[in-house]
Amino acid sequence: MKNDILKHKLVPDHTILSKTEMNKVLKQLNIHQEQLPKIKSDDPVVKDIGAKPGDILKITRKSHTAGKFVTYRLVLE
Amino acid sequence: MKGILKKISQINFGLLSPEDIRKMSVTKIVTPDTYDEDGYPIEAGLMDPRLGVIDPGLRCRSCGSKGGDCQGHFGHINLARPVIHVGFADTIHKILRSTCTKCGRVLLTESEIIDYKDKLESKLQNQESITTIIKEIYTVARRDKCPHCDEEKEEIKIDKPISIVEGNYKLTSSEVRERLERIQEQDYLFVGVNPEVAKPEWMVLTVLPVPPVTVRPSITLETGERSEDDLTHKLVDILRINQRLKENMEAGAPQLIVEDLWELLQYHVTTYFDNEASGVPPARHRSGRPLKTLAQRLKGKEGRFRSNLSGKRVNFSARTVISPDPNISINEVGVPKMIATEVTVPVYVTKWNIEQMKEHIQTGPKEHPGANYVIRPDQRKIRVYDETKEAIIEKLEPGYIVERHLKDGDIVLFNRQPSLHRMSMMAHEVKVLPYKTFRLNLCVCPPYNADFDGDEMNMHVFQTEESRAEAKSLMRVQEHILSPRFGGPIIGGIHDHISGAYLLTRLGSDFKEEDVLQMLKKSNIPFPERQKGDSWTGKEIFSLLLPESLNMVYKAEICRKCDECLRQECKNDAYVVIESGQLKTGAIDERAYGAFSGKILDSIVKDYGTDKAREFLDSATKLAISGIMKRGFTTSTADEEIPREAKDRIEELLSKSESRVEQLIDAFHNDELESLPGRSLRETLEMKIMQVLGEARDKSGEIAESYFGMDNHAVIMALTGARGSMLNLTQIAACVGQQSVRGGRIERGYSNRTLPHFQVGELGAKASGFVHSSYKKGLDPLEFFFHAMGGREGLVDTAIRTAQSGYMQRRLVNALQDLSVQPDGTVMDNRGIVIQTKYGEDGVDPAKSDYGKVADIDRLIDEMRIKSKVGK
Repeated sequence: MKNDILKHKLVPDHTILSKTEMNKVLKQLNIHQEQLPKIKSDDPVVKDIGAKPGDILKITRKSHTAGKFVTYRLVLE
Repeated sequence: MKGILKKISQINFGLLSPEDIRKMSVTKIVTPDTYDEDGYPIEAGLMDPRLGVIDPGLRCRSCGSKGGDCQGHFGHINLARPVIHVGFADTIHKILRSTCTKCGRVLLTESEIIDYKDKLESKLQNQESITTIIKEIYTVARRDKCPHCDEEKEEIKIDKPISIVEGNYKLTSSEVRERLERIQEQDYLFVGVNPEVAKPEWMVLTVLPVPPVTVRPSITLETGERSEDDLTHKLVDILRINQRLKENMEAGAPQLIVEDLWELLQYHVTTYFDNEASGVPPARHRSGRPLKTLAQRLKGKEGRFRSNLSGKRVNFSARTVISPDPNISINEVGVPKMIATEVTVPVYVTKWNIEQMKEHIQTGPKEHPGANYVIRPDQRKIRVYDETKEAIIEKLEPGYIVERHLKDGDIVLFNRQPSLHRMSMMAHEVKVLPYKTFRLNLCVCPPYNADFDGDEMNMHVFQTEESRAEAKSLMRVQEHILSPRFGGPIIGGIHDHISGAYLLTRLGSDFKEEDVLQMLKKSNIPFPERQKGDSWTGKEIFSLLLPESLNMVYKAEICRKCDECLRQECKNDAYVVIESGQLKTGAIDERAYGAFSGKILDSIVKDYGTDKAREFLDSATKLAISGIMKRGFTTSTADEEIPREAKDRIEELLSKSESRVEQLIDAFHNDELESLPGRSLRETLEMKIMQVLGEARDKSGEIAESYFGMDNHAVIMALTGARGSMLNLTQIAACVGQQSVRGGRIERGYSNRTLPHFQVGELGAKASGFVHSSYKKGLDPLEFFFHAMGGREGLVDTAIRTAQSGYMQRRLVNALQDLSVQPDGTVMDNRGIVIQTKYGEDGVDPAKSDYGKVADIDRLIDEMRIKSKVGK
C-alpha cells in the first residue's frame, strides 16, 4: 500500500510553473535558470507531480523566521 | 554563465622518468666540491653557474637573465647503482606482492582481470576515485601461486622503511627494479599505476635531479665565511658516496664493500628526501642538529604549505601586550609611541598638504610625528635620515608619497586571536600614548574576549584611502555594538561599570551638587542649564545621559521574580521606567547597559544611531566609575560571613538531609523503595539522593542568602550581574554541595567504593562526593579529593569542547565563506548560484533586529503607553 506522499506534513507544497511564470520569476530574481537551486527528476515529489527536467518548481513551505516561504527549484535530469 | 572565470579541467600527477630528469637537466653533477680556492664555483659541482644565479649583478649561464629574474635550472646526478625512493617504498612493496616474480603478470585470474577492468574503467569514466578498488586488488592478488605461469611465490615483506625482503633474502634495489620492469603495461592499471604518466620502475631511482641553487641558497656570514644550505650538504654526501661506489665497482672491489657503499648511498638518498622517516637515523649537521631536507621543508605547521602558502607575514602591523584605559573612547586604541614611529601611513603629497608633509620629514624618523620613507613619482623608495632630510624636503613636490608616522585619528585594524567572529577584527582610531602596551577601553573586552593577564593583540595599518574609508564606515567599533548573533549589544559595561551604576542610581543614594558637578565634568557630560538646589538623586544624574525622547520600561537584573509584580512600587527598585529621558523608577544594572543584555544601550543604538550610542557608553561608564569612586568598593571573604545562628541552621538542615539520604538507603536495602517508571531500583535511589542533596544545597544557600543584604558588596556584584553569582557566594558561605563526575555522584576509584575510608558498597552522601563544608570553612581531605575529581572533569570538558567546536566552526566557515547577500536580498555563492531567494527566509538582518525578531511588539506597546501618558 502506498501513501500519498504529497499529503505528508513534512512534504511542502510543490507546483510546476508555466512558461510565463518561469520567465517572470527569473526576471524578478534577475538570474539565469541554471543559477536556481536544483531538484533531481527522480525525487519522489517530482515523479509524483510529473515534472519534467527543465521545469521550475515553486515550493511553498513553513518557515521558522518568516512563517511561510516561497522558493524555486530547477528540475534536473 | 555569470561569475565563472576559469575552470580547471584536470590535474595530472605522475612520476619523473630518468629521461625526463636528464632532459630538464642543464648539467651533470660529478664533483662533491662546491667552490675552488679562489671562491669561484666549480664546473660540474653543486654550485655550477649553469644551475642559476642569485647575486643580482651576474647573468645566468643557462638562460641569460639577471639574478632574481632567473628562477634556476635543474641538474642531475647519475647514480652508480639504483636506489629506492622512500616515498614509494610502500607502493613498491604492494606492487611486488601482487605480481608474479617470473612472468611479471598481476596475480589475478583471467576472470578477475576482466571483472576489475570493467569496474576500474567505469570509475575512471565517471572521474571517480579508484583507490578502494586498487586496495581490494592488493588483498585479492596475494596468492602463493601465479595463475598465469604457475610459478610458486614466496612471501614478500617490507622491512620499514625501505628494505624489501623475499622470504629470508633481502632484495637489492637493482633486483627490485628488474622485477618492476617485468610488469607488463596492460597490468599497470591493476596495481594502481596510470600508464600515461608513470611506469612502476621509475619508483626506483637511477638518476637524481639536483635542484637549482635558488632552492638552496648559501648564506655568507659576517665573517665572510660561506654557510651552505642543508640540501647542499646532503647532496655533497650523496655525490661523495656515489663517487666512491663507482670507483670501487670499476676497480672490481669485493662484493661486500660494494654492498656496504650501496647501502650508504641508499641511506643518503633516503634522508635527502625525508630526514624523519621512521627506522632511519636522522642525518645530522656537524653541530648535532638534524638536517632539514625536502619533506621537512613542506611538512607541518612551519612547513611551506601552512606557514608560507596558507598564511603569510604582513608589513605595517604590530603586536604587543594590551592593558586597560577607561579614559579613551571605545572607538580608540592607545598605540605606544615606539610602534607609532615604526609603522607608517602613505600620504600623497598635494599642494594643500605639502607644508605639513615637509614638517613631518623635518621631524625625521626618530621623533614622533615624523616620516620614515619618501616614494618618488618614479616609484623609488628613499629612506629619511636626519642627514638627508633637508635634501629630501628640497625636492618634495606634489606627486610624491610620504610614509609618515601613525598619529592621532588614523584608522587601524585591531585584532585578537582566535578570530572567531567579525567583532574579533574592528577598526579603531589611533591615540598615540607613552609606554609600551596597546590600550583599549574596557567595553570592547567582551567582543575580543580579552582580559589583561598578559593577552597580546595585533594592529594593522591601512595603506589605501579606499580601505580606510571602508573600514571607517563598516568596521568601526561603534558599528559593532549590536551583535549579529542575537540582535543585542555585545559591547557594553562590565564589572565595575555595572556595580557603579547601581550604587549611583539605587534608592536612597543622594549627592551634593558639588560632587555631582565633579562627576559630570569627569564624564564629559555638559552641565545642565538649570542648576537645582543642593541635593541630587543618582537617578537624576543618570538621566542627564539619556536622550530626551527616550521612553522605556523593563525589569532590571536585580528583579527577584516575585510571584506578583508590584511594578513601580517594587521594593527592590527593579522595575525600570524611563519617561522622556528621565529615569523615574528602577536602578541601573547589567540589563541597562551591560554587554550581552543592555536594554537601554540597545534602544539607543536602534533609535538614535551609533554615534549617540558611543557617546552614551563612553559617558555612562565614566560616570559609573566616578560614582563608584565617590564611595569606594571592595570585597573580601568578610562579605561571605554569616552569623553563628545561620551556621547552626545550615548544619541542622544538612544533617537532616543526610539522615534522609540514610533513610532512603535503608529503604533500598530493605526493598521498600518503589522504583520510578522506566528506572531500576538503583537508579531510582540515585535520583532520589541527588534530589535530596541538591535541595539541601539550595536550601542552605537560601538560609545564607537571607542573612545577606544589599549593603554587601559581593551581593551587589552578584545580583546586579557585575561579577559572580549567588551560587558562588553560597558555596563560599554555606555549603559546596554534591560533586559530580560524568553527570552523576562519584562512584569510581576502588572496587565498589570511592576511597578506602569507606565500607565496600557504601552509598551515603559523604561516600560519594557530597561536600558538606563551605569554601570558607574549608574542605576536609576526603571532600577536597572529590572536589578535585569534579574540578578536573570540568577542565577536561572545556578543553575538549573548544577543540571540537573549533573544528566544527572551521568547517562551517569554509563551507559558507563565499556566500553573500545581494542588494535584492537573495543569497548567492561566488558562482552566482542562488542559495536562498531571501536571506534567512524573512530578509531580516539579525544585528538590526530586536533580539532576533523583526520587532518586539510588547516593547513597542509599553513605549507608546508611556509616550501617550507623558503627552497628556
